[in-house]
Amino acid sequence: MAKSNEPIWWSLFSAGGVVAALLIPVHIFLTGIAGPLGWLPPEAFDYARLQALLSHPITRLYCFVLISLPLFHGAHRIRFTLVDLGIRGVDMLLAVVCYGAAIAGTLVTAGILWNF
Amino acid sequence: MKPYVRPISAGWWLHRMPYLRFMLREFSAVFIAAYVIIFLVMILRISQGQAAYEAFRADLQSPLAILFHVVALLFALLHTISWFQLTPKAMAVWKGEERVPPAMLIIPNYVAWVVLSGVVAWIVLGG
Repeated sequence: MAKSNEPIWWSLFSAGGVVAALLIPVHIFLTGIAGPLGWLPPEAFDYARLQALLSHPITRLYCFVLISLPLFHGAHRIRFTLVDLGIRGVDMLLAVVCYGAAIAGTLVTAGILWNF
Repeated sequence: MKPYVRPISAGWWLHRMPYLRFMLREFSAVFIAAYVIIFLVMILRISQGQAAYEAFRADLQSPLAILFHVVALLFALLHTISWFQLTPKAMAVWKGEERVPPAMLIIPNYVAWVVLSGVVAWIVLGG
């Protein structure tokens, strides 16, 4: 059997699925709904506070995992969903575009967090 | 030689409920990816200084941004629940001769979810 890259992509898909399942709902609720609607104390999203929080390496490592792994999860799902939606015969191109986007997103994320 | 590929309509998944559920679950990935990109932009704006961050914060208060996040939250919850429900299917755990009941594999996921969500909320709220 030919050597395959699939286990790598599947592992990243799976790890991203776990991260997304456990952590994404609370993040969407806090930063996208409760915060902007003023349900939380205003100082929760205070600039100086978030700046201090993000200057801690552990916070940045956490953010890296929280952003990067779900990108790979999404890339894998979108790749196969597009096949299911009838995009056939361009498997290699789809894989390169989807995983390439996740890799690019990961590099940008690493750059932003590294230079924070 | 070209293999035969049976043609399918792009809307096949609209015709049956389980197919629709499957496709909605797949679409959750798009919303989750979009959200983490917004989250990354938020970090970028914080790194660019207070003015950039306050402008971003104001954008998040627009009705369109709120609507996006509400829809994204619903899709994220669909992902969470379907992911947890899949655990016993992805790994069958045996204790001696007996298979561990699916609920015993699903429940710890929900416990971890509640605990981790609590920890994140506690940190954000100034723990």
